[in-house]
Amino acid sequence: MKYLDEYRDERIARMLVSQIRETAARPWVLMEVCGGQTHTLMRYGIEDLLPAGIELVHGPGCPVCVTPLEKIDRAIALAMRPEVILVSYGDMLRVPGSRNDLLRAKAAGADVRIVYSPLEAVTIASAHPDKAVVFFGVGFETTAPANAMAIWEAHRAGITNFSMLVSHVLVPPAMRLLLGSPSNRVQGLIAPGHVCTVMGYREYEQLSADFCLPIVVGGFEPVDLLEAISMLIAQLEHGRAQVENQYVRSVTCDGNLPAQRAVERVFTPCDQKWRGIGLIPHSGLRIREEYAAFDAEKVFPFATGAAIEEAPDCISAQILQGLKKPTDCVAFAERCSPSNPLGAPMVSSEGACAAYYQYRRHAAHAGEPRP
Amino acid sequence: MNGSRPVKATAPQTMSGALCPSPLPAGESVLLGHGSGGKLSAELIHEIFLPTFDNPALALLNDQAMVSVNGIRLAFTTDSFVVKPLFFPGGDIGSLAVHGTVNDLAMGGATPLFLSAAFILEEGLPLDTLRQISASLQEAARACGVAVVTGDTKVVEKGSGDGLFINTSGIGVVHHDLALSAGNARPGDKVLVSGPLGDHGIAILAQREGLALETAIQSDSAPLHNLVAALLATGASFRCFRDPTRGGLASTLNEIAAQSQVGIELQEHRVPVREQVRGACELLGLDPLYVANEGKLVAIVKAEDAETALGALREHPLGREAEIIGTVINGPAGRVTVRTTLGTARMLDMLSGDQLPRIC
Repeated sequence: MKYLDEYRDERIARMLVSQIRETAARPWVLMEVCGGQTHTLMRYGIEDLLPAGIELVHGPGCPVCVTPLEKIDRAIALAMRPEVILVSYGDMLRVPGSRNDLLRAKAAGADVRIVYSPLEAVTIASAHPDKAVVFFGVGFETTAPANAMAIWEAHRAGITNFSMLVSHVLVPPAMRLLLGSPSNRVQGLIAPGHVCTVMGYREYEQLSADFCLPIVVGGFEPVDLLEAISMLIAQLEHGRAQVENQYVRSVTCDGNLPAQRAVERVFTPCDQKWRGIGLIPHSGLRIREEYAAFDAEKVFPFATGAAIEEAPDCISAQILQGLKKPTDCVAFAERCSPSNPLGAPMVSSEGACAAYYQYRRHAAHAGEPRP
Repeated sequence: MNGSRPVKATAPQTMSGALCPSPLPAGESVLLGHGSGGKLSAELIHEIFLPTFDNPALALLNDQAMVSVNGIRLAFTTDSFVVKPLFFPGGDIGSLAVHGTVNDLAMGGATPLFLSAAFILEEGLPLDTLRQISASLQEAARACGVAVVTGDTKVVEKGSGDGLFINTSGIGVVHHDLALSAGNARPGDKVLVSGPLGDHGIAILAQREGLALETAIQSDSAPLHNLVAALLATGASFRCFRDPTRGGLASTLNEIAAQSQVGIELQEHRVPVREQVRGACELLGLDPLYVANEGKLVAIVKAEDAETALGALREHPLGREAEIIGTVINGPAGRVTVRTTLGTARMLDMLSGDQLPRIC
């Protein structure tokens, strides 16, 4: 399949691996930001191909993982209202809130529907004028344009029974926080290719300059990631720190300008709580006042309850910050599994814990030579 | 998208506690994932059904029960069909209800003889739909050489069903004396699949409301008993046959590995998947190894007979694109690994719940 097979090609992968082995003279700690990249690293066992000194730590780029518990609880509370149809991306359904998840709410009679595009939620709203249709709008910069377009479209079409429960997060402010932390170990960053497809990589140039950090915008296939790792190691070994773009087939410096304009039209930056990390200034998006009629948090009353706590065993906070690996967790694959997740990183295929669970839970066969 | 096969969990005692062997928490209710053919289905079977209905024929957890009456070996199975939409490219719920049950019998090497058909109808279902589906069911039965000899009809209130559900049970006779069972795989054996995977699941998904996905993918729904008969006629030493329905190839191989207390290693590049199915899976964030099939079989065969079996498969119209995709190994019991195109290894686990479409 064009645009896939050549990026999964064994010969090219092996060539990149030898290039990495030749260049890497010292040990380095690299972080891939995006959960989609984590998933590929695990699925293809890429760490097994790298020299022992190259460590990959996994970043906070799993949208369902960082959606705050309170928002999940709000989505469940909305779904349980008889007049509401709660519409969501699929992998939000199993993410545990403080007591429940959307799948269980659905089993208890809530009208919860999965869509691939938020515009489908607008279509559902126009087909059910007697219902209040709420779209659970989560994600990074990647999903923001489509979510903005859904609100814009509902506004344009005069649909009044559509609203969005928004939990949008932005990558650069979170990375700034993690890189500036005293416990930071990250020496090179694989920037998220899909986020940069929308946003470009100018913001990452500032990040690179401020932290003297090599950054490579990377894609999502094994050859993409090996090439990005190779480019990062070349920078580190030669003492360079700049932004380079590996994912040239999708990313440009300025990104997708019409998509950015759609986001700006509907959303405005806000302080945002990240599950497992905490409040990060200017790291989220909220709906602008002009579109307040589409903001589920303004349309529906919510009880402001007591502070909600995570499961005590869950170390997702350290995992999302790249400080620990899923296998460092005492609950991993014992009390915490995708059938019974204690924390969000065990839910989505993009969550680091789920990726380890699915592909690498028995480290015994990692690194075995090919028969 | 369903199959009758009882789903066997991978053996917990050998998985370093990796599964969640604890009982379903009290007050828990049934989730859609309990019907996905993955881990949740296995939990239901092991925690509720097996202990309740405990008997030797059931305990083998094959696609069909083998029972003997006056020295005659009979295969007996049942399957319920809840597919939505009722009509899909490549078939409908009527023909699927025949193929599913015929295939469960065929996987035991049985010649299917008789079927029952029970219809659960929702108030308001157009009679014309029922006529079409009954005709399709009868045509499929005729083509398979089986007769629908008994049946039942129930009607539920509007809103209590989804148009139409069908249950079929089937009886077949077993002429060979081979012990075909998912517990019989031995290290060194080869794993064969009769053709490209994922066609049925993707054909159904593409039809579902809200997915504006245009594909030419047809369901692979087909009866496999003649293919199995052709394989058995070669005299090759087959250990077992399975049809990878719900939960896909991954679930089937996990069940075989667990029941046989062996490991299985797949060669990823050998597993046939149509370009269109791959494309749809990439787009939807699904893994074709977990997507349902309704006209494919997995055969485990002694290594020296693998080429004979492959030849026989490829000679049959339903096995033209067959491949040898892996090997049974002396590895940790119940573990299925995949050699990736890069030469690295990863686990191929059972599905936890439904495959959920991802965000980005």
